[in-house]
Amino acid sequence: MSRSNDLYQQVILDHNKNPRNFRTMPEPALVCEGHNPLCGDHITIFVNVDPEGIITDLSFQGNGCAISKASASMMTAYLKGKPMEEARLVFQEFHDMVRGQLNPETQEHHLGKLTLFQGVKEYSSRIKCASLAWHALIGALEKRSSASTEG
Amino acid sequence: MPEAAPKEPRATARPLPALDIKKDFPLLGREFGGMPLHYLDSAATTQKPLDVIESMHRFYLENYGTVRRGVYRLSEKATEAYEGTRKAVASLINAASEREIVYTSGTTQSINLVAHSYGRRFLKAGDEIILSQIEHHANIVPWQVAAELTGAVIRVIPADDTGTLILEEYAKLLNPRTRIVAVNQISNALGTVNPVKEIIRMAHDAGAVVLVDGAQSVSHMAVDVQDLDADFFVFSGHKMFGPTGIGILYGKLGLLESMPPYQTGGDMIMKVTFEKTTYQAPPHRFEAGTPAIAEVVGLGAAVEYIRKIGLDRIAAHESALLAYGTALLREVPGLRLIGTAARKASILGFTLDGVHPHDIGTLLDGEGIAIRAGHHCAQPTMDRFGVPATARASLGPYNNTADLDALAAGLRKIVEMFR
Repeated sequence: MSRSNDLYQQVILDHNKNPRNFRTMPEPALVCEGHNPLCGDHITIFVNVDPEGIITDLSFQGNGCAISKASASMMTAYLKGKPMEEARLVFQEFHDMVRGQLNPETQEHHLGKLTLFQGVKEYSSRIKCASLAWHALIGALEKRSSASTEG
Repeated sequence: MPEAAPKEPRATARPLPALDIKKDFPLLGREFGGMPLHYLDSAATTQKPLDVIESMHRFYLENYGTVRRGVYRLSEKATEAYEGTRKAVASLINAASEREIVYTSGTTQSINLVAHSYGRRFLKAGDEIILSQIEHHANIVPWQVAAELTGAVIRVIPADDTGTLILEEYAKLLNPRTRIVAVNQISNALGTVNPVKEIIRMAHDAGAVVLVDGAQSVSHMAVDVQDLDADFFVFSGHKMFGPTGIGILYGKLGLLESMPPYQTGGDMIMKVTFEKTTYQAPPHRFEAGTPAIAEVVGLGAAVEYIRKIGLDRIAAHESALLAYGTALLREVPGLRLIGTAARKASILGFTLDGVHPHDIGTLLDGEGIAIRAGHHCAQPTMDRFGVPATARASLGPYNNTADLDALAAGLRKIVEMFR
C-alpha cells in the first residue's frame, strides 16, 4: 500500500486495534458527542477536570475508521493530566497540522507523538476523520453536548 | 441483464473477455502514482469514452448556439442536434414518442419534478406513497417532502436478508389509497435487480402509478418502458457514459399532459401576458430556461456508443465479471457481501471484519483502485443490514478480470495489515 504507508503507520494501526481510554465515564464533568455527517461516524468524549482546570480523566466511545479511532485514542492519552488551556492550544496546532498549515518539522509546536498524523494532510477526504475526536473535545470544554466536523 | 450468479462460482473459471473496450476511455489508460488505474466506482459515475468527449468538444468548436429560439443557421443546427438526442433516448428505452422524453439535470431532478408536479397536483391527505427499503435518498426525500405538503403517507416495501424485496409484503401494502409507487430497477448499494414489471402490474391493479428509478440500470441492461408499462422512468446521463448535468424523465404522454410545470420561465410557455400565461405541451412545458445544450449533445453520443457496443453484450460481460468477482471476494477472510439477491447487477457491496470502509477505500486507493466507501446515499439500506457503511466495488463494461484480481489482492493486504 505504497502511498498509504505514511498514513497507516504501525502506531496508528495499534491504537485502532487497542484503543486507549476507550470507555464511558460514569459521572463525567463534561461530555460531548462528535459527528462527521459526511460518513456517519460518531465519537463521544468524556472529560473530568479538577478545580485548577487540569484534565484528570479523558475517555471516548463510538464508531469510526482507524484514523478517527487512533486519533481519539492518542488524543486522550496525550492530554490526560494537562491543563484545559493547553488542550485548546494543542487542538489548534493539530488542526493546522492536518490541514498542512503547520509543519512540525520546521515550526515550533506542542504536539509530541501526535505529529504521526501529519500524513493526513495528503488525504483531503480524511482530514475530518483525524479531527473528529478533537471537535468533540473542544465541544465538551465549551460545555456543548454535540459537535460536528462541519462546523 | 446479469442473471443470478451461481451460488458458489469457482474463481478459477475465468470468463473470456467478452468485451475489451477500456481503450475507448482515455482516462482509464492513465496511471496514478505510477500505478495503473482500476476504476470500480461506475455506480457513482461512469467514465467517458472519447466519442462523448469529442462530440461535446466539436459541438462547441463548430455548432454551438442556443436552441429553439434562433432563426440563424447555428441555432438551427444546435436545435437539430438537441432534438436528435431526444429521439435517440426515446428509441433506447422504446418510448412511444420523443414527446415523452423530458430533459432534466439528472435522476434527482427528474424525481423531484414528478414528486412536486404530479405529487402535489394529485396527492391528497391520507393518500399513500409506496417506496422500497432499498432506495437511494433521491427516491426517498422528494416523496417525504411531497407527503408533508399534501398529508400523504409513506409506506415501505421491506427487503429480506439478501436484499430482495418481499413482494408478498408489497401486495399487502397496496390498497385503494395507494397513489404512487416509486422503486429503483437496480439498488445502487446492493445491486439487487428488482422485478419492476411485476411491481408495476400489481400497482396498476391497485390503481396507482409507478416511477422507476433507472439510474443504475439503463446503461447495464436493455430497458423497454412500454413492455414494463412504466408510468415514469428516470435516469442520469453521467451514469451512462455521458456528461454530468443532464438526465431524463420519461413519462407517459397522458400523465405528462395532466401535470403542471415544475419550474417556470422562458421556453416553456405558449403565451405570456401579465394577466395570464399558457404553457407549452410536454416535453417543453418542463424545460424552462436555456438547457444544458452541449450536455444533451454529449448524451446523444453516449446513447450512440451504447448502441454500438450493444446492451446485450454489456450485460453478458458484466454478468460474467460479477460471478468472477463474487467468487474472488468470498475467499477474502472476514469479508461479508452485503447484497446477495438471486438477481443482481454488477455491484459488490461488502464489509471487512475490523476494518472501517473508509480505511478500505483509502488503502485501496494507494494501490490504484478506486472504490466507494460510505452509506451510498442509502442510509435506510445500511440500517436494514445493521451496518453504518459499506465498501462498494461497482463495475462497468470497461472493467476486466485484472481489475477484480487487483481488488482481491488489495483486500488481502488490508486484512494482513489489520490482523
